[in-house]
Amino acid sequence: MPRGPAEDSFVTRAVLIAVAVGYITLFLFLPLATVFTSALEKGFAEAWNAIQQPDSISAIYLTLLVAAIAVPLNAIFGICAAWAVAKYDFRGKSLLVSLIDLPFSVSPVVSGLIYVLIFGMQGWLGPWLRDHDIKIIFAIPGIVLATIFVTFPFVARELIPLMQDQGREEEEASLSLGASGFQTFLRVTLPNIKWGLLYGVLLCNARAMGEFGAVSVVSGHIRGLTNTMPLHVEVLYNDYQYVGAFAVASLLAMLAIVTLTLKTLLEWRFAGEIAASHRH
Amino acid sequence: MSLIVDAITKRFDRFPALKGASFDAPEGAFVALLGPSGSGKTTLLRILGGLEFADTGRVTFGTEDWLAKPARERRAGFVFQQYALFRHMTVEKNISFGLDVRPRKSRPPRAEIKRRVEELLSLVQLEGLGRRYPSQLSGGQRQRVALARALAIEPRMLLLDEPFGALDAKVRKDLRHWLRSLHERLGLTTIFVTHDQEEALELADLVAVLNEGCIEQIGTPQNLREHPATPFVADFLGQSTLAADIIPLRRSRGE
Repeated sequence: MPRGPAEDSFVTRAVLIAVAVGYITLFLFLPLATVFTSALEKGFAEAWNAIQQPDSISAIYLTLLVAAIAVPLNAIFGICAAWAVAKYDFRGKSLLVSLIDLPFSVSPVVSGLIYVLIFGMQGWLGPWLRDHDIKIIFAIPGIVLATIFVTFPFVARELIPLMQDQGREEEEASLSLGASGFQTFLRVTLPNIKWGLLYGVLLCNARAMGEFGAVSVVSGHIRGLTNTMPLHVEVLYNDYQYVGAFAVASLLAMLAIVTLTLKTLLEWRFAGEIAASHRH
Repeated sequence: MSLIVDAITKRFDRFPALKGASFDAPEGAFVALLGPSGSGKTTLLRILGGLEFADTGRVTFGTEDWLAKPARERRAGFVFQQYALFRHMTVEKNISFGLDVRPRKSRPPRAEIKRRVEELLSLVQLEGLGRRYPSQLSGGQRQRVALARALAIEPRMLLLDEPFGALDAKVRKDLRHWLRSLHERLGLTTIFVTHDQEEALELADLVAVLNEGCIEQIGTPQNLREHPATPFVADFLGQSTLAADIIPLRRSRGE
């Protein structure tokens, strides 16, 4: 077969592919497979039983609840932030962009500690919250706040380059044709960003369900009350309940795999439309 | 309904884009805003379209205070240089957009909208392409979709930003003649921005020459050619007037 000028020899290609596949197998696939095999070590019934324990059910429920609150909020904030950055010029814009990235660069543990320092008993608002009988730290509100903080950038990060690339001319055209601001958003802006928004939401969701560090700091690890799935996995593991730990971990991994599969399926199904929304 | 633009100024940060631009145009005029890049012509057009706001100055259209109305109430058909077609909508949906977004009481019935879209498609000579997406059209076709979309709202004024800027020379020539004949048929007050003096002089009834945020001169093409008011106008129109002078000269020499 004739080779193009930029193509490497057969050996080079084979070596590169082998290295990539080997690396992925060793560091990604094998650990994941271990999670599932460890969960099923004593049979499916045992694993299923572990998942059905009240504490596990409660952890699953809490994880889904936190994601159900954090993801929509971050989708809305993400759209607002991306809109502001991409379509308007204002002072401090680059500062805003850096701030949006902050949760990516700060260690999740620090993110959690921020909330403890603000809302904790010894924190700034601690005494006031105690007097008014409001619990944030070691309770669900704290977990939600920490999750929102950690997962904030996903939607905004996905949308900013997309919206910048699309410019504001279509919105201007819409306005000059008589549409209101809200009609313009619903009929022009939203359809143009829907794929980017969907990716952002899927990634945000995956991280919201999987977040450990920040949530661990604010949760207090109260079984059946403030343990999310990642925290519950750790608790079970430390209790030497390996089957239970790996069963819940498998479930968590499966949620991530479902997310990725969904993303790939959508990309494949709507490839043409996605390409069209990036270019004219 | 004549258009009176009176002493418009506009600054971006510290850079003045318009420094008191004024001109008058009678109803149904075909006006070219001609000038080099950075002369403020597009800014002026965008102010007329309501997409940019003047710092000071007035615009009167008929008896109305034109600048007091928001863009969506002006019914000014704006055609963008890069067309700005809605990329996720078919050609039909693009054209009917301005009608679809009207509040229910003033929105024409669906059959009527459909009829109007068909009418406009044939007006811009794109029959049968209504189901295509903008990405499936050529540059000249997109340009005409943009025009049909602007005409669908029955605009009171047509504003065109470098309408032929993104097209190759051959298509540009064809479309130019077509646009001129369309203007004669519709009789809409039309203002277009261009940096191409040949295009402005050939197409427009009135040419306003802009330089550094001011209108240096406005007049008929003939008037500008024969009596340029300032050295800038003479210089900027230079190329085409020179061409007009050279041809008779060569003939007299028998070349």
